[in-house]
Amino acid sequence: MGPSNDPQNSKNADIVNADSGNTAKGTKVPGVPERGDTSGSRCAWDVTRRDFTKTASVLTGGMVLGMPILSIRAAAEIKASASAHALPVLLNINGQKHNLSLDPRVTLLDTLREHLALTGTKKGCDHGQCGACTVLVNGRRINSCLALAVAHQGDEITTVEGLAKGDELHPVQTAFFEYDGFQCGYCTPGQICSAVGLISEVKKGSVSAVTPDLNKEGTVDLTPDEIRERMSGNICRCGAYPGIVQAVQFAYRNS
Amino acid sequence: MNPFEYQRVDQSQKAVNAIVRSKQAKFLAGGTNLIDLMKLEVERPAHLVDINHLPLSNIEQLPNGGLRLGALARNSDTADHPLVRKNYPLLSQAILAGASPQLRNMATNGGNLLQRTRCYYFMDIGFPQCNKRAPGSGCGAIEGFNRIHAILGASDQCIATHPSDMCVALTALEAQVRVLGPRGERMIAMKDFHRLPGNTPQMDTNLNPNELILSIDLPSSPYAAHSHYLKMRDRASYAFALVSVAAALDLNGDTIHSARIALGGVAHKPWRSEEAEAALVGKPVGPEAFAAAAEQAVQGAKTYKHNAFKVVMAKRSIVRALTVAGGRA
Repeated sequence: MGPSNDPQNSKNADIVNADSGNTAKGTKVPGVPERGDTSGSRCAWDVTRRDFTKTASVLTGGMVLGMPILSIRAAAEIKASASAHALPVLLNINGQKHNLSLDPRVTLLDTLREHLALTGTKKGCDHGQCGACTVLVNGRRINSCLALAVAHQGDEITTVEGLAKGDELHPVQTAFFEYDGFQCGYCTPGQICSAVGLISEVKKGSVSAVTPDLNKEGTVDLTPDEIRERMSGNICRCGAYPGIVQAVQFAYRNS
Repeated sequence: MNPFEYQRVDQSQKAVNAIVRSKQAKFLAGGTNLIDLMKLEVERPAHLVDINHLPLSNIEQLPNGGLRLGALARNSDTADHPLVRKNYPLLSQAILAGASPQLRNMATNGGNLLQRTRCYYFMDIGFPQCNKRAPGSGCGAIEGFNRIHAILGASDQCIATHPSDMCVALTALEAQVRVLGPRGERMIAMKDFHRLPGNTPQMDTNLNPNELILSIDLPSSPYAAHSHYLKMRDRASYAFALVSVAAALDLNGDTIHSARIALGGVAHKPWRSEEAEAALVGKPVGPEAFAAAAEQAVQGAKTYKHNAFKVVMAKRSIVRALTVAGGRA
């Protein structure tokens, strides 16, 4: 078995999104080859999960609606034609300013992944139905696949790569480790960003569709039912929901 | 996605001026429906006028005791607003029943009113027939797969439904939509805002193409104590309604003084049933009156191959929603 098949290590690699060039430094997991590393037992056809999730992120986009390649084509066409219609776009992502030249059609999700190599944010359905692309904008969780980058100038955008402080993981990331809140890890960056948003919403006193009394004083009791409802915008096809619910509950109590 | 010119505006009048310039222009607010439909090439605007920075995000009390919901206030902020939760809990419940937290953080109140149908034949340009998308092309749903389609008020041109939950509550609460056009402001009653399909299913609403929604104004309401929004769907959360009910009662002891009933998922517009409301007035709160109202609400229902279940579901949902609203659950 090649080192990349070690489930524990590959989980670790994904939860801190070592597949992003920007965060790979300092988060390299022993035993997991970096991209381009052909040493060890890895053969030419040996696809790591990290490669898989990068490819799958583009492939799964249109499949929900039966159009397997539309989103790849659309993203590529827009990228190719960017110079014709490009606008200067200044984005603030994870505290860093980025001066970009973008076609106005480019979504925030494609900007992160295709223009800034911030591939922690995943493309699942590309239609606001799965939550894999969840990021925080001014502290609020949104679907970056339905947001145009050009419309988010002046906003503070936080992706999964921006949650940890150096080597210290965000409490929600730690909780996903502790409670096994994932299996394949593909939806995990979206789940984590969503959970960060959820916790700040609950602390501000927001209610949900399952809150028994909308006018009770104080914050709601964050029961498993509340967590399930509030995380319902994030689909996990592995069905890691029991761990996700526990992780969110733990992170909320410890933040 | 179709190429488009992007323009950001910071004043409502400038937004109207910008939209007047091109028939192919659309306002961009939360984008949760428009960007999706642009990716699907159902919508192909040549200009997008970004109105997110207009000063229309406030929620404020009106002198007459009502509440003004800014067109650009986000759905999540509206549902969570203390005055909405206290005076219009039906509206909070309806908003929270829709979409996901991420989408509600993006979606605006004005945009919610302008959501387009989730009819499969409308949303997929691979289907040649859709009178709403391509007037005169026919309706793929009438003879097709029509489980999610309308049972009330449809036509032989279109059997699509309006997908909003929020609008169902706004209809029951008799909201008014305040809009700005090239000739100034006007008010549109919620019940007149959306249209039935008739022979022009391409027109979802009576908003003119050059008009901008400024706010949704709610009158003061006697229904805060006894209301309930019930949504029936294929999964427990994050799915569109098969049938939904906004039920509100104004009680005098055990007697119903007045009632409001509106249905979602059953028609081309939020479907208010004044017949069902009339059947409740003066009656004691209880299953008999509720069942009679439910029968009234589905009078004239017409079903298609896959959606006959909606008639039964609507009736049972009305009884259930009224039972909870009346405090008898």
